[in-house]
Order: sequence, then structure tokens, then C-alpha cells
Amino acid sequence: MRVQRLDHRSAPEVTDAVDLSRIESLIEKYRGRKGSTIPLLQGAQDEYGYIPREVFNHLALRCGIELSEMYGVATFYAQFRLQPVGRYIIKVCHGTACHVQNANKITDALVEALGVADGETTEDRLFTLESVACLGCCSLAPVMMIGEETFGKLTGPEAVKIVKNIRIKENEARGEDAPSI
Amino acid sequence: MKPGERMPRQSEPMEKTKVIVGLGSCGIAAGAGKTYEKIRQLRESEGLDFELKKTSCVGMCYREPLVEVIDESGTYLYGEIDEARAIELIDKHIVNKEPVRELVVQSDLFDTPDQEFLGSQVKIALRNCGYIDPESIEEYESRQGYASIRKIAEDGISREQVIRTVLDSGLRGRGGGGFPTGLKWRFAFNAVSPEKYIICNADEGDPGAFMDRSLLEGDPHSVLEGMIIGAYAIGATGGVIYCRAEYPLAIKRLRIALNQARAKGYLGQDILGLPGFHFDIYIKEGAGAFVCGEETALIASVEGERGMPRKRPPFPAEAGLWGKPTNINNVETWANIPWIISHGPEAYARYGTEKSKGTKVFALAGKIKRSGLVEVPMGITLRDVIFKLGGGIQKDRKFKAVQMGGPSGGCIPEHLADTIVDYDSVNATGAIMGSGGMVVMDETTCMVDVAKFFLDFTQKESCGKCTFCRIGTKRMLEILIRITEGQGREGDIEKLEVLAQEIKNNSLCGLGQTAPNPVLTTLRYFRDEYEAHIRDKKCPAKVCKQLLTYTIDPEKCTGCMVCAKKCPVQCISGERKQVHFIDQEACIACGECFSRCRFDAVIVN
Repeated sequence: MRVQRLDHRSAPEVTDAVDLSRIESLIEKYRGRKGSTIPLLQGAQDEYGYIPREVFNHLALRCGIELSEMYGVATFYAQFRLQPVGRYIIKVCHGTACHVQNANKITDALVEALGVADGETTEDRLFTLESVACLGCCSLAPVMMIGEETFGKLTGPEAVKIVKNIRIKENEARGEDAPSI
Repeated sequence: MKPGERMPRQSEPMEKTKVIVGLGSCGIAAGAGKTYEKIRQLRESEGLDFELKKTSCVGMCYREPLVEVIDESGTYLYGEIDEARAIELIDKHIVNKEPVRELVVQSDLFDTPDQEFLGSQVKIALRNCGYIDPESIEEYESRQGYASIRKIAEDGISREQVIRTVLDSGLRGRGGGGFPTGLKWRFAFNAVSPEKYIICNADEGDPGAFMDRSLLEGDPHSVLEGMIIGAYAIGATGGVIYCRAEYPLAIKRLRIALNQARAKGYLGQDILGLPGFHFDIYIKEGAGAFVCGEETALIASVEGERGMPRKRPPFPAEAGLWGKPTNINNVETWANIPWIISHGPEAYARYGTEKSKGTKVFALAGKIKRSGLVEVPMGITLRDVIFKLGGGIQKDRKFKAVQMGGPSGGCIPEHLADTIVDYDSVNATGAIMGSGGMVVMDETTCMVDVAKFFLDFTQKESCGKCTFCRIGTKRMLEILIRITEGQGREGDIEKLEVLAQEIKNNSLCGLGQTAPNPVLTTLRYFRDEYEAHIRDKKCPAKVCKQLLTYTIDPEKCTGCMVCAKKCPVQCISGERKQVHFIDQEACIACGECFSRCRFDAVIVN
């Protein structure tokens, strides 16, 4: 069982202002329809990248779904995130084919390079590192996906290099010197 | 006309040369999008006259990106066409009319080494994949698409007759269960209710399987037509496709297909003039839970709840979605239906064995030369699939085992490679047919590690309802972790066996009942590997890091100091140009020195 809880003691308070009007049309579309908890949460996550606390409260209020029920659903499925994510989500495939082709090495290398554990986001909110079950490109194993782009037949150092290049580009765009990762 | 003389060419103008790029998920991952764009640019900039088209996956994942050229001389399927090769290809084949033979993987004009891959296949479910543009209903129709539902409407074939045809074909559920499809339909048909539902299970969660994704991406209409026929047969009023959210391309193409089918009257009111046959389908995106592949959990998820299975009976055929009679079949099962209706049950039952008829699609992956998607008749041996179609093991290493059925299945060892592919023969080995993932393993794969991998997966995916599944899998995983870390104890194997039986006997759904299978089959066939880990603290396949020792071969070491610099715990000593030495006490067996050494001087044991 995946255990996913918000740790209220140690989790840093997220102070992003949440603009609730962004999900108004979503609410209009699904309100009153039976079985719409999952599409509502999916829609909200599409909008914000994760499901902020305020959104849970708002949806409960507007759609009449129990808060506990919604939280139950959100923590049951792997797709839902309760914490903000980085601009780039690095999905390292850990399907069977990737596993036998040493996907662990890719994750290990990225964990070391980014300084975050699997499932966490870097402090600058640029990258979130995730392990996923199967991306379905088994013939290119081991594979990782960043945004829409898939990278296949990787080694640890190659994966790190790809991520490093993204960070350099991002920093250039912001006019900063590239820190080493 | 004299014998041997060729027919004179028709005077009508030759069709335009076609260039078709394979744009399935795997092709795109391999760079097919860039290839397509390059060819499009070349056509514009050079003012070339050919038709550029898109198709989906033909199954040759190991040769992606694939580009097919069809001209007046014949068909040429080119493999591994990146941007640079696309330029070469267009220049030689299109401009100068000289096919680039060394890049051709298949042609109707001459033999190629890849011929074996396609030669033994019988394509029924995948009949259109890689041959049509999946976003065009006209192309589907041009290959007998929607002809089966038309035939039913025009010939007035009764609902009972449709069910009888499916029953006679011997088709069994392709999602893994293997339950006779016709029988399932009959149960739903017999249930009396003004509302009934049809569900397509496209929640392909098994890591290492991608058949359903390819089918949905490559030929969505065949799945829709199957569902429409099923809806007619059981009298369904609504349909749902429950598809993994991780398959965005499949969902996009399904949406397009649904709109096209509605516009052409294959969905909606009084479909094809069949009185009272109203039916429509909508897509429900799954949110990532393996257990939702189980029927009752899937239904709970469609209803917007946590996807937890409930006990059966009542079966979905009596009380399923919203408490109404519901029939659930998997993607591949649905894709077979139109073919069975148009070709007849005998044609389908001609393939296969006594109890397993027809064909099965497999996703070949792992340490195999030609990975990809194959559709083979039931009854073929595993050896033929792996060595004939798959071309054998990468780097010509020794074949060790093939994993079938994913987390619910097991590892079939080399000495059982002549097992034939049918439900009962595969079950006899302790594995299951499953949805069709075949992951090939060689001598460098550790079977304890594989068992641990699957258990880690099922442990996380257990919904938590049944104690034995929730806690038992966790305890089993802990034992496997300690074995692979060199902390294995006498009695661990027996403890695993006891736990496995308890979990199997005391879990409500298929996930728990089959979760121990990967452990049980590896214990059955590779017990010595477990023993080596526990007693000798050795990993024979040299995978489990903590059990390996790294030493430096004084003959090969050049004293370049790379390993010493890279060692995270500074346990390698030695001067420049002197033989280095690893302090075994301090070594954490991370393997960094081994992967860095350019002189093969680091020995792993």
C-alpha cells in the first residue's frame, strides 16, 4: 500500500496564492454529475500542477463531496499530488524491462546529482524526480521522460548530463551563473 | 499473350508515391516526430511530389523510427530512420528512384534478415496497426472496418447469434483471466434490466506490457467496433473506456475516433437502422492504481471512488456499474470481435490449441534482440517466440528465463522453453498468460532481485483491504530485501513459502491471490540462487550490490587513479602508475570503480 500523508509538522507551509477562479469552468462541467470526483481532481491538478489544500476545501463546498472522501480518493491513486512540483518532472521508468536493464542506476545517479530523494522536488522548484511503473517504451529501456520528451537507452551519467543541460539553459534564460548540481 | 509475358501496364495514372512514418508512442520516443518533420520540410523545400502520411506502430520497436515507402515498384519498410537518414532516403529513393536496400527491414520484393520477425505472425487483433492512419475513419473502413456491425444490421443477425458466434470462436479474455468471452456475454445478456453497460478495460498497469497502448494508438476504431457489437449483443445502453491517464496519445486518438464514429452514425440513436439500438461510449481516465485492472475495483473507480475490489457474487454481469448489469472485456479482446464476426468463428478457431483458440499479442522486451509487439497463434512454443521472432538474446548471452504475466505471473526457466503458449500450459509452469508481457532475462539477471522487484510493485499497489495482502506482501518484501542485502537467514525460504500460501488463500481479489507468484516460481526453478544469497552471501548473477566484492587485478591496473578519485568513501589507495588497492573493510560496494575503470582492472565477485 502506498502511504501518502501530508506531514503537518515538517512540511514547509506552501504560500502560493491559489486562484480558485481557474477551476470555475471545471466545477460547472462536473457539478452534480455522479462519479465525478476523479475527473474533478484530475482537472484541478492539470490547472495547478498539484492539488492545493484550498482547492480541496473549495471543491467540497461547491460540489458537495465530502472532504474526507476526496482526500481518500486523492491519496489512493498514484496520479494525484498534494505538494507543488517542479517545472520539469523527471519520470524514470521502473517497468520490468527497464528494471532488468538497470533503471535503478538512473534513479541513483539523479538522486545524487539533484540532491533530492525519489518523489521529491529540488529547492529551486525546477525538477521533481519520480519513479513510474511503465512508460511503455520497453524496447528503449532504460528510459526516462522529461515533460513530453523521452530519453532512451540511458546510463546514469547520460541522465545526469541531460538534466544538467536543462538547468544550464534555465539559468541562462534567467541570466544567472549555472551552479553545479 | 505468350507465357511469361507481363501484362501491359494500365494506362491510368500511377498512384502517387506514399511515404508513411510510424508515429506510435515508441516511435515518437525514438525520434519519429523529428523524422516526420524533416521529411515534410524536404517535400516543401525541394518541391517533391509524394504523399506523406502517418501511421502507428507495426510492432518493430527495435527498428524505430520506421518509414515506409510505397511506390510503383513495391513496398519498402525502412528502419532506424533518424533525421540524417531521412535526408539520404528522400534523396536516393524519392528523387533518384533508387531504394536504399541496406536500410530496408521489410519489402514485398526481396528477403530481409528481419523477415522472421513478421513471418511467423498472424495478425488478427493487430490487423490494421501500422497499416492505417489511426486518425482516419475512412482508412479503417477501407480495410473492412465497421463491415461487421453493418453485416449484423443488414443481414438481421440476432443478438443470440452474435453471442453464439463469439462462443464458437473459442475466444477467451485477453486481459489475463482467460474466461470465455461468449459465456461472459451470455451472462450479461440474460440479466434483465433497462440499463446495461459495456466497459473496455484499458488500464494496462502491468509493468512490461504495452499491447493495449499500441492497439489503441494504432487502431482505435477496431476496439470501438468490438464494443458496439458487444453492446448490441448484450443490449447495453452505455459504454465506458477506462484508460490509463499515462497514455495521452491513446486517449487523444480514442477521442478523435469517437467523434468520427458518432458523425458517421456508428454511435448514437438507432445505430445503422437497428431499431432501439441506442449506444454511446465515453472515456474515463484512470488515475494510476494497478488494482483497478480488477473488474470490481475498476467499477468503483469509474464511480469516482477509491478503486477497491469487492466480493463476488454478485458478478458485474448481474450488478456492475451503478448496480446495473455490466460486461467488461479488455482492449485486445474487443479488437478481435469484428474480425470474428466478419470471418466467422471457424476461421478464428482454426488457430490455436484445443482449449485456447486464436492468436495472442505479446510485448517482447528485456534482454532480447528484437523487442516489440508480436501477434502469434496460440500453440507456438516460447522458444520460437524468443529465438525465431525475437532473434535470441542480446550479446548472444545465455537465455535464463522469461517472465510472463507481470506481477501476477512468474518466471519460466530455460528448460521449459518448449512450453507452448496457451492458457493451461503456461499455468502449469506456475506463471500465467497474463495480458501478454514477455520479459526475457539472461544470465546477468538475478532471480531473487526480480522477485523482489515484483513484490515491491504489488506491495505498493495493494489497495489495503485484505490484511494478508496488505501486511503479508510487506513482510515478504522485507525478507527479500534482507536476502539481497546479505542478511538472509536460515528458514527465510520456508517463511516466504508459508506467507505466499497464506496471501494466496486469504485475499479477495486477483492482485493478492497472485502477488506471491513471482516469488513462488523463482523459488521453484531457481532455489539454488536463493540459497547462494542466504548461505554463501553471493549473488551468482552479480546484481545484488551488497553481496559483491570488488578487487583490482594487478596485471591490468595501470595506476591511472580514476577509480581512487571517484570512490565516494576513499577506500582505494595507490600512487600514480602504481597498482591500486581496495580496502575491503571500508568498501561500500557501490560499483563506481568498476564502471569507471577503462582497463577492465576491477574484478567483481
